[in-house]
Amino acid sequence: MKTIPTLGDILQAQGVSRRGFMKYCAATASLLALPPAMVPRIAQALEQARRPSVIWLSFQECTGCTESLTRSSSPTLEGLIFDSISLDYHHTLQAASGDAAEAARHAAMEENMGQYLVLVDGSIPMGNPGFSTIAGISNYDMLMETVEGAAAVVAIGSCAAFGGIPGANPNPTGAVSVQDLVKDKPVVNVPGCPPIPMVITAVLAQFLTFGQLPELDIHGRPVAFFGQTIHDRCYRRPFYEQGKFAETFDDEGARKGWCLFKLGCKGPITYNACATVKWNAGTSFPIESGHPCLGCSEPGFWDKGGFYAPLSTGNFGSGGKLAGAAVAGVALGAAAAVAGRRRQAKYTKEA
Amino acid sequence: MTLKDPIRSPIPFSRGNVRPLLNEIIHALDRLLDDDEPTVIDLASLPFAPGELEELEQTLGTGELTAELDALGKSFIRETEYPGVWWVEHHNTGGEVVGRYIEITRSPEILMSQDADVGAGRARLRDSFENSGPELNKEAGK
Repeated sequence: MKTIPTLGDILQAQGVSRRGFMKYCAATASLLALPPAMVPRIAQALEQARRPSVIWLSFQECTGCTESLTRSSSPTLEGLIFDSISLDYHHTLQAASGDAAEAARHAAMEENMGQYLVLVDGSIPMGNPGFSTIAGISNYDMLMETVEGAAAVVAIGSCAAFGGIPGANPNPTGAVSVQDLVKDKPVVNVPGCPPIPMVITAVLAQFLTFGQLPELDIHGRPVAFFGQTIHDRCYRRPFYEQGKFAETFDDEGARKGWCLFKLGCKGPITYNACATVKWNAGTSFPIESGHPCLGCSEPGFWDKGGFYAPLSTGNFGSGGKLAGAAVAGVALGAAAAVAGRRRQAKYTKEA
Repeated sequence: MTLKDPIRSPIPFSRGNVRPLLNEIIHALDRLLDDDEPTVIDLASLPFAPGELEELEQTLGTGELTAELDALGKSFIRETEYPGVWWVEHHNTGGEVVGRYIEITRSPEILMSQDADVGAGRARLRDSFENSGPELNKEAGK
């Protein structure tokens, strides 16, 4: 196996000061949702870390997940590619194409046997291998061949994690998720349509820093980011507790920033970090922009009824529990909070 | 009122995230003074409503010391109008914020010269000194 320089070696060669490195470590701690007191330990681990080889496979997808990653601000994608990971194969970002690209994938697999990470975006069609191929290889064959020598697999986006839109009813291609096929390797799901870019980089940073994968919930999602519902951390939550709801997109409640539950917000049953990590370098998230949460990081979100139908009408299988409670917002707030915390405790316990 | 009196900004507790943070800062100042224990609050982990971060920043105001660091992008470090309470903001090379913290300490660690950098600087200076012309050596008493 080739000798891989440590991250400390690389940064030193680039003339990055210790201050710069400490700053990088502070950002990494923040990214991993770790307390700032962990920064010295992260610094110690990162100095000795060696760049993992990463092979990124794109199957039935829209490239939105790659778009999301290229918008990641912490650390920068450039930093990730050149400093923290060795991105050896990615259709969209690599310069090589055709046979040269496939040769790069095979070379990365051979040189890093048992050590490399496989990132997958998109679902895998099982109905007919010809539905989606790369260099004449079916998605299924490429996935199974590539994961054979991998240390772990990260399913990026709801398509790779749960089947997503290609797998939505009537699922014409017979799309399945990565975890439906890969049974003998650790699989981390980072769902979302697209997923929050910082969560993608956080999983890589955790692997890089501590050489291990993050703690996962029952859906294989990192607990640090998917341990609480959008609703639990929503800044509009006080309005929910007070029973103040927007009834339409242009009424007084909407203008005053009241709770969007009655406009179909799936925040109470959606586990994700949008409310704290936010999007576009921390600018905002959908609810902050006045739009209900679609629940895109939950399994089967596409087939769970209207996006604008309140949960109390029975979508997402929660209607029975929540029906009528929206009328009495205070009661609903208390009940949903208890339910949310129970679920969170259960996830943490079972993970 | 004298010129030494700080200009205090109004404290509009409009939503509720700022007040608990101020209370946390007061307790952190207690720990700093009583036990010499610093505290760092990572603001990225808090669900601020629109405008609340600005409200917090305005509430804490600006004190006597402001510093700018240029390492893997800019960082802005300033003591608030409450001594011992520092607002620290790290940006990446693209100018995006990658970390925002309130540090309750006598001086944020990032401001200190780091041993590794001091050592490298000493080697650089020594090299420059030893390889500089005779005039400089003469001036330096060599």
